[in-house]
Amino acid sequence: MNPLGEKYLRKDFLPFLFCPGCGDGMIVQAFLQAVDDLGCVDDLALTAGIGCSAWIGVYMHVDILKVLHGRAIPAAIGIKATNPSRKVVTFTGDGDCLAIGGNHLLHAARRNIDMTVVMVNNQIYAMTGGQVAPSTVVGSKTQTTPYGNIEKQLDGCKVAIAAGATMVSRWSTAQPKQLTRAFKKALNHKGFSFIEIMSQCPVQTGRYLLGSSSPQFNFQWLKDHCVKEEDPSKWAEIEAQGKIPVGDFLQIEQPEFMEEVARMNQRVKEAQAKGGDR
Amino acid sequence: MKKGRIKVMLGNEACVEAALLAGCRFYGGYPITPATEILEIMSRRLPLVDGLCLQMEDEIAAMVAVVGASWGGTKAMTATSGPGFCLMQEAIRLAVAVEAPCVIVNVQRGGPASGQSTSTAQGDFYQARYGSNGDYSLIVLCPSTAQEMFDHTIKAFNISERFRIPVIILSDEVVGHIREKVFIPDADQLTFVERKKPTVPMEDFVIFKPEENGVPLMPTFNTGYKSPVISQAKSQSGNRGNAKEAAENIHRLVSKIEDHMDEFAEVQVYGDEKAETAFVTFGSVCRAARSAVDMGRDKGLALRSIEVKTVWPFPDDLVRRALAGAKRIVVAEMNLGMLQREIERVIRQPEIKIELFSKIGGIYPQPQEFLRFLEEKR
Repeated sequence: MNPLGEKYLRKDFLPFLFCPGCGDGMIVQAFLQAVDDLGCVDDLALTAGIGCSAWIGVYMHVDILKVLHGRAIPAAIGIKATNPSRKVVTFTGDGDCLAIGGNHLLHAARRNIDMTVVMVNNQIYAMTGGQVAPSTVVGSKTQTTPYGNIEKQLDGCKVAIAAGATMVSRWSTAQPKQLTRAFKKALNHKGFSFIEIMSQCPVQTGRYLLGSSSPQFNFQWLKDHCVKEEDPSKWAEIEAQGKIPVGDFLQIEQPEFMEEVARMNQRVKEAQAKGGDR
Repeated sequence: MKKGRIKVMLGNEACVEAALLAGCRFYGGYPITPATEILEIMSRRLPLVDGLCLQMEDEIAAMVAVVGASWGGTKAMTATSGPGFCLMQEAIRLAVAVEAPCVIVNVQRGGPASGQSTSTAQGDFYQARYGSNGDYSLIVLCPSTAQEMFDHTIKAFNISERFRIPVIILSDEVVGHIREKVFIPDADQLTFVERKKPTVPMEDFVIFKPEENGVPLMPTFNTGYKSPVISQAKSQSGNRGNAKEAAENIHRLVSKIEDHMDEFAEVQVYGDEKAETAFVTFGSVCRAARSAVDMGRDKGLALRSIEVKTVWPFPDDLVRRALAGAKRIVVAEMNLGMLQREIERVIRQPEIKIELFSKIGGIYPQPQEFLRFLEEKR
């Protein structure tokens, strides 16, 4: 076994439930590399919802609360709120995060609470058998858009930026080094960080959207379509070619929610001790 | 006599007072009439004790955050009313499945849908017990006074920690908004229960292996146990379970509560315990029924009122005992006969008809109406 696996996986939970050729195993490795480099495994608290990507954290030997479809982010907030020293990371998918859980993404980003949302985007509802997702390209035929998808895509990174996330990156499983680097930045970032990972799903995305369920084909598709471009003014041009801009898009410093809570509590208690108006 | 102080307060306020005494340090909420005061007062009080009151984006998030905070190691609660209670159902079952102790207050209002936001009702009687999917059990307490809002909140936290379950306080608009005298005992006069945590090394710890009482030990996240906690049907090790393990787990989730009902089930009798005519009530309707019993006594009418304080799991034996010898049973409630259905199930004597005195539409029943009902329906 890979030494990272030897060190950090729950061996009694193996084998993975991921299909052959799935990107989730690569994400496990890239994430564990970041955790190992930072030596922060004891501080980790993970949450997850429902979907293939929601199982990523379950195989890691860390504290993990795997909740309901779309609800990983509020669970993470509850965990963070009770002990701000934790490094809280949520593994979620494009359906979990942008459809059923979209509201929670907006409000966690708005609060700039110190946590990381890792959204694995395979452009489809994979676990349920290949239905359209908010991330599915217009025109795509899926199990629930048999005549072609007529709905526009929702871009998770743009949503996160607009909602107030203070760190936003997008990479693909074809860029594991950059991915590990982004994980490390996110784990050290004080605030709400959002990492989107374009990932391959040969079984559903490959078969229904891309025309081949070969893992090699699907991986090559990511290599061909994910283009590094960190300047938002150039994204439209890339997107018009049917490609996906990747890179480290944003990292800024803003007041972090739990630090603000601590400051407020301190202020209120001091005012009360003086008997004054708070 | 316990030491403490007496204060005139809202039912909802009494709930907060008790929650803070019980050690609640996380509140996830969303404004909704007639429960909003609980959120408002929590937002003022929790910062003073280094707690956190979060107004979430909806009741779904509020309830999920409560489950997260519970596994984070904190006593946590939320409060809502019917429409919000609907949204919370999905995470109430989550709390059941991941065995996260927590407290949910439902200050009932008229339904269905948006219903009547400022009027009282008791239509969530079954939703409190059966609102989520699958087989499960939980405990539901029904206060009828501001004092009981206080007492039941202390009890709710204690039994939630004891059984590792969500405990629901099924209040209603009358109880939430009544302003009356509440005795607040000093903290050292009260008993507080805390969840049992593992002390063995991580290698020897099995996350969902029950102790003798059916309840597993609960580690706090980031204390070295590296717990896998999933909402799926699971084995004791926390991994996805097979059919046998799933069935065993469901049986345990139910029996850990229902085999120990003597620890929490409560039914009170007011009035003449031998009276042939008995009212059966829960929540705020207990108050009017008491007055009716008193008024009846003045008129030479022997009456008793059975007050079901813990409505779920339904205390069959206690209710049967309280109703022993009754010839005429009138269930009084602010819905179309939900408690009545349970009484019909429990009292299977063909010669006794279980009558229903029902008030809906947000009008609280007057004591005189109870007596008029007895006369007119005879």
